[in-house]
Amino acid sequence: MLQGAGLSALALGSPTLLSACGTESQVQSSDSCKSTDKSEEEKVLVFSNWPEYIDVQGKRMPTLEQFETETGIEVTYNTDINDNAEFFGKVKDQLGSCEPIGRDIITMTDSTAGRMIALGWMQELDKDNLPNVEANLIDGLRSPSWDPEREYSVPWQSGLTGIAYNADVTGEVTSFEEMLTRSDLKGKVGLLTEMEDTMAFMLAIEGADPEDFTEDEWQAAIARLEEVVASGQVRRFTGNDYIRDLKSGNLAACMAWSGDIAAAEDPKIPFVQPEEGLNIWSDNMMVPNKADHKANAEALMNYYYDPVVAATLAAWVWYICPVEGAREEMEKIDPSLVDNNLIFPSEEFLATTRDFMVLDEKTRQQYESDFRQASGG
Amino acid sequence: MAHVVPTEIPDAPPAPEQQRRGLAGYLLLTPGSLWLAVFFIVPTVSLVATSLYDPSGSLEFGYQMTGHVQNYPHAIAEYWDPIVRSLQYALIATVACMILGYPLAYAIAFKAGRYKTILLVAVIAPFFTSFLVRTLAWQYLLGDNEWVVTFLRWLPFTGAELQLINTPVAVVAGLTYNFLPFFVLPLYASLEKIDHRLLEAAGDLYASPFRGFLKVTLPLSMPGVVAGTLLTFIPAAGDYINDELLGSPKTRMVGNEIQSLFYAGDYPTASALSVALMVTIVLLVAVYVWRAGTDELV
Repeated sequence: MLQGAGLSALALGSPTLLSACGTESQVQSSDSCKSTDKSEEEKVLVFSNWPEYIDVQGKRMPTLEQFETETGIEVTYNTDINDNAEFFGKVKDQLGSCEPIGRDIITMTDSTAGRMIALGWMQELDKDNLPNVEANLIDGLRSPSWDPEREYSVPWQSGLTGIAYNADVTGEVTSFEEMLTRSDLKGKVGLLTEMEDTMAFMLAIEGADPEDFTEDEWQAAIARLEEVVASGQVRRFTGNDYIRDLKSGNLAACMAWSGDIAAAEDPKIPFVQPEEGLNIWSDNMMVPNKADHKANAEALMNYYYDPVVAATLAAWVWYICPVEGAREEMEKIDPSLVDNNLIFPSEEFLATTRDFMVLDEKTRQQYESDFRQASGG
Repeated sequence: MAHVVPTEIPDAPPAPEQQRRGLAGYLLLTPGSLWLAVFFIVPTVSLVATSLYDPSGSLEFGYQMTGHVQNYPHAIAEYWDPIVRSLQYALIATVACMILGYPLAYAIAFKAGRYKTILLVAVIAPFFTSFLVRTLAWQYLLGDNEWVVTFLRWLPFTGAELQLINTPVAVVAGLTYNFLPFFVLPLYASLEKIDHRLLEAAGDLYASPFRGFLKVTLPLSMPGVVAGTLLTFIPAAGDYINDELLGSPKTRMVGNEIQSLFYAGDYPTASALSVALMVTIVLLVAVYVWRAGTDELV
């Protein structure tokens, strides 16, 4: 008993007593959190990505295997990211206290990527190791507001958020408004747990501009969401897992990401560009602090910016390819995809898509809270 | 939960000195106490402390400890519906476990004969697969276009719009299914111990089998029933997997709200809600155990 009391007092000494006085800032910097690079000795790499986001043949991943053969780096590929906020929640405590998360590359959507960079949780990339990225990254993605010089992030793919429906279960759905109001879809609609994705559409149907809206407009959109949830129209809020429910017919119509639907190659499940427009976003590869294999990670980033590799990947994932020159390579792989706006969008097409307003940390937290609460019914 | 009946061993060696026995007792307690201290007391203190942080802080820039007790009324008022819903779902699931589990445990204990072991293994068998995987399987089983729903829709008294997945029925069914073994096993242990001669005696005194059950078996199995209901109700009230996978926005339980508050970065409210749930459950259980009057449990 005495030993027990002694040890528990010891345990109480550090984290709990501190937590009883509040918590410290989780902001890190390259000075406060130094990482070492063991890439020379250890030819390994742990890559965390979203599901259905890489070319697959049976159980093999051709482009990734080719990378392994070319470089001798053994890649552990995880598909453990289903939702930005969820993944952020999973790693925030480690990254906030400068501890490793066991991954060398993570892939986060714009605002979450920006948030992690602002917190100082990511390692600065060495551009000398990224010549292909320097040469081939498309202009539109070179300078996002949250990482203007692309010092910390390299886009994996870009994509569009629209809607999809299962034609076995329901007739055509052409707008977001229609999806939320049509009585035959009651209880069969899915929205996304990504706050920005869902709220951009809610703001749009309330007549606001998702790229520039006021607090009142936000509140109106949240009230509308509460109303929709209370009406029982929405069956679930989902991450990437909506595909399963849409295929099985549990969801008749839902918000969807362009490439998922295209890659499902099911004629009964079309991707729809709703009347309200499409959201555009990118998922960005980054190297977290304390990841031990930054040079290996950079080698992989660089590899995927080879136009041939990028075209091979794009032909499978059907997301917007961020690599200049891939379109020409696509001619050889699958000419039918060259003029596909979902992979190589035209300027005119891109002009119709929209982003989400940049939020400061405080507002973001408030909006995340509002959204989570409204989606709870 | 089990009775520990001290038995005298006739030819026991002479008892060691008093002091040594005392030391052995403490030594035996040490691993358990350490475990409790590190994995229960420390986190609980931390949780209670977090529930009193200034809510205007943030994870990124730190929270101030201001003893902000208003987090509690705020959390309870905001999340009253999910709290009540969780307790309701847990209660319904517990009653369902009782209705399904009592006859099952009774049959295994008294009627199974040589199949007893096989039946017990069958009760435990679901544990060979993960909780999560089994609940995902229910997602398919109860799907709109799967045979269960197709069959139910075909019946004359159900509508063509009948839906199971993402309804309260699915969530409660999931809870019942997942926690049933926790009800059956302690109850079985209680029933198993009942002396059959007591029932024979009841019969000799002209009690019908049913009356014998009411007067002998049921009272003697009460410790098992109480243990079973506690092991079902407590985890069910805090469960979030079943609602996450089988529920809808309208069936959200308090566990889901706590999880989503943590994701949104609102630590003080999430902690206040966790502590409130813990206190509520402890109070309910205390009243229940007190009313059930089973001293043997303690």
